[in-house]
Amino acid sequence: MRKSMQSILGILTGTAIAATTMLGVAMAKPGNTECIAPAGAGGGWDFTCRVPAAQVMGDMGLIDGTMAVTNMSGAGGGKAYAHVVTKRGDDENLIVAASMATAARLGQNVYSGFKASDVRWVGALGADYGAIAVHKDSQFKTLSDLVTAMKDNPRRTAIVGGSSAGGWDHLKVLIVADKAGISDLKAINYISFDNGGTAMLEILSKRADAFTGDISELVEYEKQGNIRILAILAPDRIPAVPSAKTAKEQGYDVIGANWRGFYVPKNISNARYKEWVDIVTKVANSSQWSDLSAKNGLAPFKSFGKDFENFVGGQIGKVAQISTDLGFMK
Amino acid sequence: MLPGIGPVNAIAVLFPIVYTLEVPAATVMILFAGIYYGSQYGNSISSILLNVPGTSAAAVTTIDGYAMAKQGLGGKALAMSAIASFIGGTISIFFLAFFAPKLAELAINFGPAEYTVLMVFAFIALSSFSQGSLLKAIISAFLGLAIAAIGIDSTTGVSRLTFGMMELYDGIDFIVVVIGFFAVSEILIMLGQKEGDQSQMQPLTSLWITFKEITNSLATSLRSCVSGFLIGVLPGAGGTIASFIAYATEKKILRPNQFGNGDIRGVAAPESANNSASVGSFIPLLILGVPGSETTAVMLGGLISFGIKPGPLLLETSPDVFWGLAASMFIGNLFLIILNLPLVGLFAKILQTPRWILMSLITMLCVVGAYTINGSEFDVLLILIFGLIGYFLRRADFPLAPLILGVVLGDLIETNFRRAMIYSGGDVIIFFESNICLTLWILAAVSLFAPTLINSIQKKVHS
Repeated sequence: MRKSMQSILGILTGTAIAATTMLGVAMAKPGNTECIAPAGAGGGWDFTCRVPAAQVMGDMGLIDGTMAVTNMSGAGGGKAYAHVVTKRGDDENLIVAASMATAARLGQNVYSGFKASDVRWVGALGADYGAIAVHKDSQFKTLSDLVTAMKDNPRRTAIVGGSSAGGWDHLKVLIVADKAGISDLKAINYISFDNGGTAMLEILSKRADAFTGDISELVEYEKQGNIRILAILAPDRIPAVPSAKTAKEQGYDVIGANWRGFYVPKNISNARYKEWVDIVTKVANSSQWSDLSAKNGLAPFKSFGKDFENFVGGQIGKVAQISTDLGFMK
Repeated sequence: MLPGIGPVNAIAVLFPIVYTLEVPAATVMILFAGIYYGSQYGNSISSILLNVPGTSAAAVTTIDGYAMAKQGLGGKALAMSAIASFIGGTISIFFLAFFAPKLAELAINFGPAEYTVLMVFAFIALSSFSQGSLLKAIISAFLGLAIAAIGIDSTTGVSRLTFGMMELYDGIDFIVVVIGFFAVSEILIMLGQKEGDQSQMQPLTSLWITFKEITNSLATSLRSCVSGFLIGVLPGAGGTIASFIAYATEKKILRPNQFGNGDIRGVAAPESANNSASVGSFIPLLILGVPGSETTAVMLGGLISFGIKPGPLLLETSPDVFWGLAASMFIGNLFLIILNLPLVGLFAKILQTPRWILMSLITMLCVVGAYTINGSEFDVLLILIFGLIGYFLRRADFPLAPLILGVVLGDLIETNFRRAMIYSGGDVIIFFESNICLTLWILAAVSLFAPTLINSIQKKVHS
């Protein structure tokens, strides 16, 4: 009973705080702001809008008043992309959550013809690096063991992941295979599951041979000793899983970063674009964000403005090339 | 009670607030869980009184619940729904508390092959929803399967039946299908009726449920609670399938019954199963860290940011979270029933609203509900199209429940079948290998032949 009273008090105070902040005085900062999460509540894009944008930007006073969060799911982010390009092209107060998945889909040209240059890329403030794992009893001890099996007996090597075929989890394992010199990427046996969690059950039950996903999905299972991480696709080892070797250490120079960041409409003023870049940079460098991002399993990953635009362009090119090779794209 | 405005949104919106306030983690989980199961009951109110299921799991409740409301027994149906929800929700908490780690193993051992066989079992339930012609039920189910096929196929990444429309890439949300086929078609049918027509709503006759009705449906509620819980434990199956299977099972084993024409046990079965399943879905969440539904996915994100790691050791590392949750569920259920039973009369009065107001109200609910799912005008257009199709299907006596079943099962049976086939390299033996598969096949066979057997036994006894 005491606990439910606490909950009720919590809601009441929450409402009071929300009401107070709405009375904030107008200043020359972006005001009346909105962040579009191109997916439903609960996913990575939703998190990007609600935590680093609405919460941290608001707490740090970088924006005026509170930021509204709009969930606009559809077509894997394509609906929001089309909405921003066609209807909100000059909205100075709008930012949109993006991630590696956005770049992957642009690379596969599935946003009904819209290009990366139809928006402006602001910056990234964190990333979840890719990882490949197996059951603790698996015969595969190193990344090379798995790569050899994928080469020699692809049909018998079932690899599971939480993205659909052609999605980011699938692409990561293909990029590794590509680096390892496997020519027939189509033969690789990838089975898609609804999310990383359900795919992980396939590893725990030993039905599947290997799992491709992000590090944050693996940390707990690794700590409990249920799985072995063969490789992380990061430039350096990660504090959360210090014993996991990078792919690079094992001779496969692959980095797979599922970065989280933002884009804004194309036709806003240069001054406002610079302001957004500045705001995102400040959030990325804040102690509040580094604390929050670590708790949510994100590693530091910073890239802003022009650099970020080039980075996204490069990733899109890479995805386009692999997807064409594989026949996901015509 | 608003269709579409579900617990997911409520939890996602509340999360940053509680985080900023540094409310203890156990309290937060309890708050979220409260929203989660509280909304389950709210949704059955609109299912029963207005034929507008707010969530997919409440779709089955409309069948007998709305039939009862039409006969003036809406109050009884609402009361039964509250009582069955209470039974399902409360007893399942004990299952959660005592069998959680054991049942987590079931969730792990349930692979694509097992899911496929479970879906076959659920499809056999189809015959329970055919009122009369089995052929019409099958056609209706195929229409549902076709709707389920719309969107990007996750196994190959190919888009199907999207006609190049970006709005269709993600497929069609289940709630859109349900609002269109049930609620909008209902409005159209009501529009076609003359004032004072016999087939429309009867005035409220009896409001209160009798003790006898409760005891008569007790066995149904208990059985549905057990099956609902087991299905809820499986991530990916969930409350909708639990309620369909519970309803179909009860319809088969209860003789005689009035299922489909306003049998109170037809309300008890899905309501108990559905609430029990939502408790069951906490097992994969808490023990395996695998969310079984969208709502539990949001909760998982919440848990992790509070530094609580779901896992087999949760009971030892954070007993306050686990037991706090179990206790809050019990208290929550108790409050729901205490609050709801006296209000049944008030809710049921909705039906005494003049028809022109009521119909405008339902239309508004439908449009708002469809719009809020994705904030899309396209979904509003879809409910109108589905409403029209639904209207003609109903006029031609096609049952709509098989269609809903087709939409729910279509995607699950297809993707799991293909996953299993990829594992086995195309060998169907995979569907007969595990003990779980074999058990499910036996259950399927029993459910297929049980009605005939029971009938012949009854005949022998009478002769």
